[in-house]
Amino acid sequence: MSPNMKMTNNARPRIGKKQIALLAELCNALAVSGDEQEVREIVLREVKPLCQQVEVDAMGNVLATRIGSGQNKARVMIAAHMDEVGFMLTQNDGDGLYGFSIVGGIDERQLVGKAVIVGREHIPGVIGAKAIHLTTPEERKTALKLEQLRIDLGPDGSGKVRVGDRAGFATQLTEIGPSIRAKALDNRLGVANLIELLRGAPENIDLLAAFTVQEEVGLRGARVAAYHLAPQIGIAVDSTPANDLPAYDDDDGENTRYNTRLDCGPAIYLMDGATIADRRLAEWLMKTAEEEGIPYQIRQPNPGGTDAGAIHKTRSGVPSISVSVPQRYCHTAAGLIRKADWENTLRLLSAALWRLDSKILTPSEA
Amino acid sequence: MAIDLLPHLKQMLSAPGLSGYEDPIRDIVRAAWQPLCDEISVSRVGSLHALKRGDGPEPRPRVMLSAHMDAIGLMVTGIKEGFLRFTQIGGIDPRILPGQMVTVHGRKDLPGMVVLPPTHLLPPEAGSGVAALQYLLIDTGLLAEEVDKLVRVGDVVSFAQEPIELGESALAGHTLDNRVSVAAVTHCLDILSRRKHAWDVWAVASSQEETGVTGAFTSPVDIQPDFAIAIDVTFAKSTSSGDWRTFPMGEGVTLAWGPNIHPALYAAIIRTADELDIPYSREAAPSMTGTDAYAIQVVQSGIPCLLIGIPLRYMHTPVETVSLKDVRRAGRLMAEFISALPQDFMQTLEWK
Repeated sequence: MSPNMKMTNNARPRIGKKQIALLAELCNALAVSGDEQEVREIVLREVKPLCQQVEVDAMGNVLATRIGSGQNKARVMIAAHMDEVGFMLTQNDGDGLYGFSIVGGIDERQLVGKAVIVGREHIPGVIGAKAIHLTTPEERKTALKLEQLRIDLGPDGSGKVRVGDRAGFATQLTEIGPSIRAKALDNRLGVANLIELLRGAPENIDLLAAFTVQEEVGLRGARVAAYHLAPQIGIAVDSTPANDLPAYDDDDGENTRYNTRLDCGPAIYLMDGATIADRRLAEWLMKTAEEEGIPYQIRQPNPGGTDAGAIHKTRSGVPSISVSVPQRYCHTAAGLIRKADWENTLRLLSAALWRLDSKILTPSEA
Repeated sequence: MAIDLLPHLKQMLSAPGLSGYEDPIRDIVRAAWQPLCDEISVSRVGSLHALKRGDGPEPRPRVMLSAHMDAIGLMVTGIKEGFLRFTQIGGIDPRILPGQMVTVHGRKDLPGMVVLPPTHLLPPEAGSGVAALQYLLIDTGLLAEEVDKLVRVGDVVSFAQEPIELGESALAGHTLDNRVSVAAVTHCLDILSRRKHAWDVWAVASSQEETGVTGAFTSPVDIQPDFAIAIDVTFAKSTSSGDWRTFPMGEGVTLAWGPNIHPALYAAIIRTADELDIPYSREAAPSMTGTDAYAIQVVQSGIPCLLIGIPLRYMHTPVETVSLKDVRRAGRLMAEFISALPQDFMQTLEWK
């Protein structure tokens, strides 16, 4: 088989039952920032057979290196954060009721009336709300605040958990037609993609896979991972909001501020709140997509950030970019993606790695 | 052999059956009650009537047990770019809706989710505060053209939260209001199937309570009961609710007291509860109860009523929570009370 044919095959990875089953395992696991162990175990199990070197660093990042065989190989770091937004129990009120704090960014309005799981044992609980019958019309116009909410484990639930335990939404991954609905798609999709990239990694690069911790509380894992791996190129693979819903006013016309849209392929970043993407890398990705016939979209320049925000400022600087799967309803009980967008994101990243010529980073003579 | 209430209740909680659309839940209740009853029928407005005959001489007096089986939910009002707009069936606080899993009963059942659109797509007051019902959307995960084929304006939408066991004795989910009371009636019929009772027992799973107690206004006309017991949920104490209207969960049922309740009947049932050490609280209901008892009391020439309450946290949310202990207590109290009723019980009731 010629190298070219091999590249074509690998540039067309598929999302099949096996990939969806792994994503389900990853999404259904609970790994709130600072307690990523459940996902770390899955990642270690998956990457150990694929990599020459696998280590867990001082913060809990999984750093997995797959060394290529060619000459002048580029050292490419790809980061996918393992952690998710969630909760920590902060107060035991007795009778199975616990006060809690939010870890990362979750709109408090998304908490009310949800099923949750608590701790490594995934003890079931609920976040209730006062009966509508006991509220006043005035009260119903005011959003419920975190301080008014409790995680309820039932009257005999108190002995099984402790203040400090992490909690998250209880949502289980579901396939719905062309879509997948799950919690923590931000960023188990990135984790799943990075595992798949390690499976099909080309020989022309050293692929430095960083499954990072604590992204949702300040890109903290990626910072030390990038220092340790000292890459020449940094890529964050993540998931970004698709705000492609209709505007409320039927006469109001088009929604022009969508960030990204479902069914339009991977979102390539040029600028977000944390990073100005390296232009050469952006051109490399867009050219790859166009030549391979893979749909893509430019993420609307907006606030927000990915691990690239930490990676590009590491050591003497690392040219970096982010590629995300568009996702509706990030940081809620359940996000929604299209399988086609996921597959096209993986195809784009895979094809781009196979085509990577480290000379793209050499300043042009012209 | 006694019926295990937990699987019975979980099966009922997983079935749809919105007000006016009770067929799926009625089939389940019918299957559960059929072996415990002598006759079963459906009223003109969809309530289930089950007769368990007593062994007293004819004409036998009749007690009617009324537990509504209908659920609150949503109804599709419009479709835009594949997203559904909706209104409510029954009383729903819009603050509990964002992020809720639902089932859209279109040409086939579709899994959906209620979503809060991003701030910039909402009017200013809704963007950062509470988005009223008309600004929320349902996303089915399907492409717009598929949604147009499968969903029509007027399709009903159920909550899809599966029941959750919390510890040994508590259960959470949607529509525990009022399927727990239907389960309590099942428990009562089950106990009575091993007991003698002089009276005829008419068990009713009533329809359309949440939208105007329709079933409770109509079933007594068919059944002609001598008196009735309505069974419904009441408010349990929790972090946000602790005033006089709330009762501790898992520590007993409530027996309502107020204008909807016949005082002599009340006195009779608390004698039973006291004799058997079945824990209860007296629930002050100073005006109307907002239950089937409200309707039954004024049907035809008037019907004496009792109301048994099962304390429930987070009423009208998809994570309503009860203690199964209270469900069993409600069923047992009714069974004990009924099996001890003498044939001439009505003649003993006196206004004092």
